[in-house]
Amino acid sequence: MSTINQPTAPSRLAVPELLVGIGLLACAGAVAWQTLAIPVSPLYSKVGPTVFPYLTMVGLVVLSLLLILAAFRGGWQPEEEKETPTDWKAMGFVVIGLVANLLLIRLLGFTAASVIMFVLVCYGFGSRHTLRDALTGLVLALAAYFGFARALGVNIGAGFIENQLNTAIDAIAGALGA
Amino acid sequence: MNTLEQLAHGFSVAFTPVDLLWCLLGTTLGTAIGVLPGLGPALTIALLLPITYQVAPEASFILFAGIYYGAMYGGSTTSILLNTPGESATIVTALEGNKMARSGRGGAALATSAIGSFVAGTIGTLGVAFLAPVVVKFALAFGPAEYFSLMVLAFITVSAVLGSSSVRGLASLFAGFVIGMIGVDLQTGQPRFTFGTTELLDGVDVIIAAVGLFAVGETLYMASRRYAGKDEIVPLKGSLYMTAAEWGRSWKAWLRGAAIGFPIGAMPAGGAEIPTFLSYAIEKKLSKHKEEFGTVGAIEGVAGPEAANNASAAGVLVPMLTLGLPTSATAAIMLSAFQSYGINPGPLLLTTQANLVWGLIASLFIANVILVILNLPLIGLWVRLLKIPAPQLYAGILVFATVGTYGISQSPIDLVILYLLGAAGFLMRRFDFPTAPVIIGMILGPLAETQFRRAMTISNGDWSVFYKHPLSLTLLTLAFIGLVGPHIWAFIEHRRRRGPEHVPGDA
Repeated sequence: MSTINQPTAPSRLAVPELLVGIGLLACAGAVAWQTLAIPVSPLYSKVGPTVFPYLTMVGLVVLSLLLILAAFRGGWQPEEEKETPTDWKAMGFVVIGLVANLLLIRLLGFTAASVIMFVLVCYGFGSRHTLRDALTGLVLALAAYFGFARALGVNIGAGFIENQLNTAIDAIAGALGA
Repeated sequence: MNTLEQLAHGFSVAFTPVDLLWCLLGTTLGTAIGVLPGLGPALTIALLLPITYQVAPEASFILFAGIYYGAMYGGSTTSILLNTPGESATIVTALEGNKMARSGRGGAALATSAIGSFVAGTIGTLGVAFLAPVVVKFALAFGPAEYFSLMVLAFITVSAVLGSSSVRGLASLFAGFVIGMIGVDLQTGQPRFTFGTTELLDGVDVIIAAVGLFAVGETLYMASRRYAGKDEIVPLKGSLYMTAAEWGRSWKAWLRGAAIGFPIGAMPAGGAEIPTFLSYAIEKKLSKHKEEFGTVGAIEGVAGPEAANNASAAGVLVPMLTLGLPTSATAAIMLSAFQSYGINPGPLLLTTQANLVWGLIASLFIANVILVILNLPLIGLWVRLLKIPAPQLYAGILVFATVGTYGISQSPIDLVILYLLGAAGFLMRRFDFPTAPVIIGMILGPLAETQFRRAMTISNGDWSVFYKHPLSLTLLTLAFIGLVGPHIWAFIEHRRRRGPEHVPGDA
């Protein structure tokens, strides 16, 4: 017999929530450290650049202590959320995709890096049509590069693929113009 | 009638072919991102912020407003057919709307929500046109102390009063303050929170923050939750033409929804959750068909909250345009678009930027007309968008996230910050922290700090300015009640409920 739905379940320490609270406290610590590093000119001693950071730090400390207290009282996550296991493998592939994008974008240019990220993320989410995903990713990345980036005037790093296409477009435009 | 004249002038701005095209583009894009789960107006407008360097302010705000309104229309389609609310504002729509779709009346549910959105959106936009000049008259009397107190009130309402937990909401808000303070302090030129790096001197771009929290964080969260139950699309059944009875049950709900939604949206509290839930409760109470609620789906339960949602979305524009006070993530990002043009929203905006403001308001009326056309006869198109499989959808979102962020400066550091914020966004989503207060905190925090320091400079460092001015004191008192009131209320309720039931077995 399980007693999961018993309304007055004994409150236990919720470790994940505790870690979140401690993490926020660490953030408050970082804020304090960085606030101390702000040089203050005596001219602004009354309401200088550190007043708001200190207020924010105090707020963060109080809030993280309240969160830690809540964690000791059993946490705040609903049962449903706790019972769904995290799909670490899927997340892992998304993270690898993001990191690959970060490392390759300078080297290969936006389009190629995006295709690799696209394929890895799709794989993480359960798609097994890798070739089709690569093509979809290529079309989307090119659309993003030529439609979005160029229309918005955003200068996004061009790599091998973009350069080839840009020269091709210029050549065609030149041929048409001539 | 000055307002009517101004509005007529606004229509002359908005009715130029180019601006009509911007409006059409915005509403189409808005509906699409509203329909797609995982994408929202805040993220989309953030990604499109670089457009502010390219086109006139009128054009980009007409585009943004179209996206903002369109997302409300599109979100309800997803709620009704997929039962996954695209946004918090459409949670209530999903309650009855999805039930209606399951019992074969999806067509009527979509129709009442689209027409209700049109009616309420139009009423709400009229409200903006007539209320904004009134608020301006009032706001001209505001000094820095009053502004600061007003912002404190808005901070409390957007983070502590709305949402499931005031502690987590405030934690999000304070995290937003920290992000907002990164960079050079504009008054003294001192670098803050840069950890000694030069890359952080310019601060964290709102695009990176919004994309990190909303796109990267959401994608990581969805990947981690693949074991959670999946919602299936209910095929669209039932005529889009409502019967006389359905019209009869809908129109009052629309008007009531608009009457609830607009005032709450226009208050410096904002948020669509409270008005939609309130409207739902009222419709349920007044309905002659109570048995349909929660079973086959009651049309009033879709019509009322949908209207309330759109009217409150319009209402949010009032504090944004007249006070420079954004009360939703989308409004906060629109505010940063104003900043990018060097325009400061506030009481003077309506006179100094009359073309822009009235053109924008006029374009909202046009957007509503376009949207009702886009969302009823063309509904089949949007249903097809729902069928985009999750892997390609989320991978695509990440590609656009890269364009939006890496494109700003071509700096891999920006991508690192993006991913760090994405990881934070994932944890926040996982542990039920609201993300909108982060964006509001990072945009509004520095403005609040400026007003705070201005007030303190004028008063020569005397803190009493904040409680000696009656208006400022009132606002701060309201903020305090907003923070503490719900807890006291819950405590009293708890005691009262517990009292009689606690007797047996004890002692």
